[in-house]
Amino acid sequence: MNRLAKRKLTTALRTAAAALVTILFLFPIYWLFMISFKTAEEIFAFPPKWWPSRIGFESYAVLFKDGDATTVVNSLVIAGVSTLIAMFLGTLAAYSLARWRTGGEHLANWIISQRMVPPIAVVFPIFLLYVFFGWVDTWFGLILLYTAFNLPYVIWMMRGYILDIPRALEEAALVDGLTPWQVLWQVVLPMCRAGLFATAIFTFVFAWNEFLFALVLTRTEVTTYTVQVTHYFGGQSNFWAKISAMSVLGTLPIFIIVGFMQKYLVRGISMGAVKG
Amino acid sequence: MADLRIKGLHKSYGSVHAVRGVDLEIPAGEFTVLVGQSGCGKSTLLRTIAGLEDADEGTIEIGGAVVNDEPPRRRDIAMVFQNYALYPYMTVYDNIAFGLRARKTPAAEIDTKVRQAAHMLAIDHLLERFPRQLSGGQLQRVAIGRAVVRNARLYLFDEPLSNLDAQLRDEMRGEIKRLHQELGKTMIYVTHDQIEAMTMADRIVLLRDGKIEQQGAPLELYERPATRYVAGFLGSPPMNFVPAELVGGAAGLAVRLADGTVLPLAAARAAQLVPQSGRAVVLGLRPEHIARAQEPDLRAGLVHHTAPIDLLLPTGARTYATFSLGGTPAVAELQAHDVSQTGQTIELAIDMNRAVLIDPQTDRVIA
Repeated sequence: MNRLAKRKLTTALRTAAAALVTILFLFPIYWLFMISFKTAEEIFAFPPKWWPSRIGFESYAVLFKDGDATTVVNSLVIAGVSTLIAMFLGTLAAYSLARWRTGGEHLANWIISQRMVPPIAVVFPIFLLYVFFGWVDTWFGLILLYTAFNLPYVIWMMRGYILDIPRALEEAALVDGLTPWQVLWQVVLPMCRAGLFATAIFTFVFAWNEFLFALVLTRTEVTTYTVQVTHYFGGQSNFWAKISAMSVLGTLPIFIIVGFMQKYLVRGISMGAVKG
Repeated sequence: MADLRIKGLHKSYGSVHAVRGVDLEIPAGEFTVLVGQSGCGKSTLLRTIAGLEDADEGTIEIGGAVVNDEPPRRRDIAMVFQNYALYPYMTVYDNIAFGLRARKTPAAEIDTKVRQAAHMLAIDHLLERFPRQLSGGQLQRVAIGRAVVRNARLYLFDEPLSNLDAQLRDEMRGEIKRLHQELGKTMIYVTHDQIEAMTMADRIVLLRDGKIEQQGAPLELYERPATRYVAGFLGSPPMNFVPAELVGGAAGLAVRLADGTVLPLAAARAAQLVPQSGRAVVLGLRPEHIARAQEPDLRAGLVHHTAPIDLLLPTGARTYATFSLGGTPAVAELQAHDVSQTGQTIELAIDMNRAVLIDPQTDRVIA
């Protein structure tokens, strides 16, 4: 075999392997979407039906009619607001840690160590605290909690991105006539925009997928979609149609966000990696 | 009137005392170069003038007003940074306009000024590009443009050419000097490169260990250094230093080298040194003051010395030849064809009129 043929074969094999892996990974998601479109008989058919006979939205209609779909709105509000607050406070804190070495080396380490507490260890004390303050089953309660949980991560990530910005850029801006606050806004944030978006996405996804605290701290008013899905697992039977439809509703926002921000996500994650 | 007046300035970083009591006055319109080896405090001094560092002690006056407590934006300065410090997410135009926008200049005026500055620096055609699309030399022009577009009282340059290759550096040196002549602004320029200091400065301020070692016009420092450090720092290749002893009396004073070689001093110089006869000195000789002897040459103070050449470094027009002077290797700057090969013994003429005598104890120049 000559070299050209060899190279062609290698390329073909690689493509095939990549396709195989992609199919393997995408199959559960495909299956999730398909179940949500199927009729009850199709869901339980054996041998399984690989695609539904028609795309039906009955399962979704039920979710919207019963009001279950509002849990997605709850999740959006709670994850969205807590992400915004965590990003705002976290970026300010990170800037302070990075540029003025606030608290020396150790404060930054202490902050990230907060992220290492197993949530299950604090869920009970927090529940009691929340009962005392009357924050159980409120948007405020979950937003506060998710913000607190995400802050260390935001601070740590943003500190890293800010440390990568050449100091001279900020100094040039100070000389050129900006106040330190303007420097943060007009120089630092644009410089770490990719990192800002990447961190925000991860923060949002964490809050979006959070289950433990949502389960313990909500009842009926602000149930998030992750908790709602579990309501369909019954003692006698599981409502697969609802489970899958709800899961699709819960997956779509993440798909959309990541789709729009993919550019920043990739650059943000690789930012610190390609220094120099 | 002095645009900048510094009194008793001190600045430390932790245990490092970077600037140790600097007094400096810079007249309006002058191009001053702060020069010294790395770690001498020159950059710290500049950054303290800019307000990027706080002074520990002493005062800084810009345009007659003490600015110690003013943030950089209120000091009426513009600065060019070593690594250009251009905003990568802005076009060249926006980079240059940045300072004017920050100061709320009307848009029409910004446009005129940006285009003027760009024209002056020959970067008109780059205005719509982003920094990543530019070469090092172009980046440096943009960085300079961003400073000169502002009508500041003081322009500060922090080693702006050290990232450029040698050829570009030569070109930009001339460019910055021309800019200074056109604008007539007060400029303070930091460099570790003594050639840069010599070629560009109206005045050199030579710093050593956080203090001013000597300041003055470039040729003044070059020809009349106050200390051995200054004598050795300026000039390339550097001045030759040979241990010696002052001998003789009123009849004729000379320096005697370790191997017994005696180099007579010109009568004019000798007179004031007679009382010091017998003391140890260091003889300082610049390479260009040692030439191949020509016959007949009767100028006073020219001393002939015959020596074999140990090493030749031809540079084109000049050839640097190393030979032994009183047991110490010394370099002579010869014409290209003065000497043909290593090992050749030639007669050299040492211009003792230009020799510098240094006190080995204090390292101060005594004559």
